[in-house]
Amino acid sequence: MISFENVAKRYPNGREALGGVTFTIQPGEFVFLTGRSGAGKSSVLKLIALLERPSRGTVTVNGQNTGKLKAGKIPAFRRAIGVVFQDHKLLLDRPIYDNVALPLIVSGTPLKEVDRRVRAALDQVGLLGRERSSPLELSVGEQQRVGIARAVISRPQLIIADEPTGNLDPGLAVDIMWVFKRFQEVGVTVIIASHDPHLVDQFGEREIVLDAGRIAADTYRERHAKRMTALAPQPSVLPDIDLRT
Amino acid sequence: MSGITSYGTRHLQALFGSAGRLARSPLATLLTLIVIAVALALPAGLALVVNNVRVATGDLGGALDFTVHFKRGTPIERVQQLARGARERPGIDSITVKTADEALAEFREASGFGDALSALSDNPLPHHLIVRPAKSASGPAQIESMRRYFAAFPEVELVQLDLDWVRRLHSLLDVLRRALWVVISVLGLGVLAVIGNTIRLEIQHRRPEIEVTKLVGGSNAFVRRPFLYTGLFYGVGGALLACLIVIGGLSYLEQAVGELSAQYGGRFVMTGLGARGVGILVGAGASLGWLGALISTGRHLRRIEPRA
Repeated sequence: MISFENVAKRYPNGREALGGVTFTIQPGEFVFLTGRSGAGKSSVLKLIALLERPSRGTVTVNGQNTGKLKAGKIPAFRRAIGVVFQDHKLLLDRPIYDNVALPLIVSGTPLKEVDRRVRAALDQVGLLGRERSSPLELSVGEQQRVGIARAVISRPQLIIADEPTGNLDPGLAVDIMWVFKRFQEVGVTVIIASHDPHLVDQFGEREIVLDAGRIAADTYRERHAKRMTALAPQPSVLPDIDLRT
Repeated sequence: MSGITSYGTRHLQALFGSAGRLARSPLATLLTLIVIAVALALPAGLALVVNNVRVATGDLGGALDFTVHFKRGTPIERVQQLARGARERPGIDSITVKTADEALAEFREASGFGDALSALSDNPLPHHLIVRPAKSASGPAQIESMRRYFAAFPEVELVQLDLDWVRRLHSLLDVLRRALWVVISVLGLGVLAVIGNTIRLEIQHRRPEIEVTKLVGGSNAFVRRPFLYTGLFYGVGGALLACLIVIGGLSYLEQAVGELSAQYGGRFVMTGLGARGVGILVGAGASLGWLGALISTGRHLRRIEPRA
């Protein structure tokens, strides 16, 4: 579970990215973080991945208060989270295999197991057979899928993605979203920052809308409120409501 | 067990990765190795010079001999008794007893005054001892102690030695030893700086890789490991190259030194590094390489954190 309690983030240059944000994400949820550029989407993801610490409030991820996590525990914390970036952050001088294997190598997984899981991860994203290719030989969409394979290879229970379809054409963007959706279907929590309203609408998942560092809307809360309203008089209207909690 | 295997595998991966990275840029690696090698070869060469001077002065042991002259009329049995007692003392290499007759015969032969000496009614020379201190006891203080020992006997007329030149020689060796430590310290710092700076540049060059590695959960120890191996390779490689430089320099000087020694009637052969010297040099190189990399990574890696 992820919870933000009155979280604020102010960067050293004085910019306040988040100004008192509170929300909870349950295990297995698929959540879109939306909002305009500078709304605070990336800051939320950075706080979850412990790339930043909150200036105020409490961020809890997988039961750990990130503000109090000691430096020596951060690597293990990060190994439990799969992170995907818009710019992929691939090592361009290494073959795809090495890029995808990296999280397993740093965690000391035996090489035989690394090999098996790299192939499985590449198979999941449709790139099996391209292990020895350089990332530079791949299209942008394929590079993004390598980034996803690297994020999921450690079998994290949480995947966060910052604008993973930002550089892709609409067709490819939907394909990539379906890759994430398949992971959510097997119980992985997925949080995606996106500023593409059409894409978000297509998937109809929970959407936390940020505006100037504050939550402007949370469809889960709204649906939950609707559900509570609807429950009393007419329980049969529940099917289109998210009941995971 | 699998944990140990996995730990070993990670080390091997870091080790081969570092070796491969150095091999992929041979010219840059060679230039760095040469700088390290020169910095290590200079103190190693100076240490050899000091060692050889020490050996050479040991070979000049005869120059440290001193003579104990007895009063005329001292019985030869008493002289021999004193010699036996002195041989039991530590710091004495040998004691030769020269009777007055032997001394006169030698003088007659060496001086060319045979006829004049034959005219003497009695032998004016006393019995004497030629004392050779052990190499380990050839310092001025030890020789002075021996002089006092012999001079204390009432039968002894004179203990003859030139302590000044012994003092000068030892002062010179002391200066050389101190100079050696200064050179070792300064050039050791130089090696640390060269390796530290090379690792710093390597860290900057690989910054994106370090960021991604930390992002996927790589610990500081994991990120640091290949750089430590790189430092180790530089240190060991530089030390081996330094050995070659010293050995090459030594073989270049060997003939000239041999000829010089022959002109003084000696057969001095220069002492080389030997297995022990090579071991010390490689060990020092490895330690400096590892330490330089450790300092550099400790200083620079912590500052690199992944950015989203």
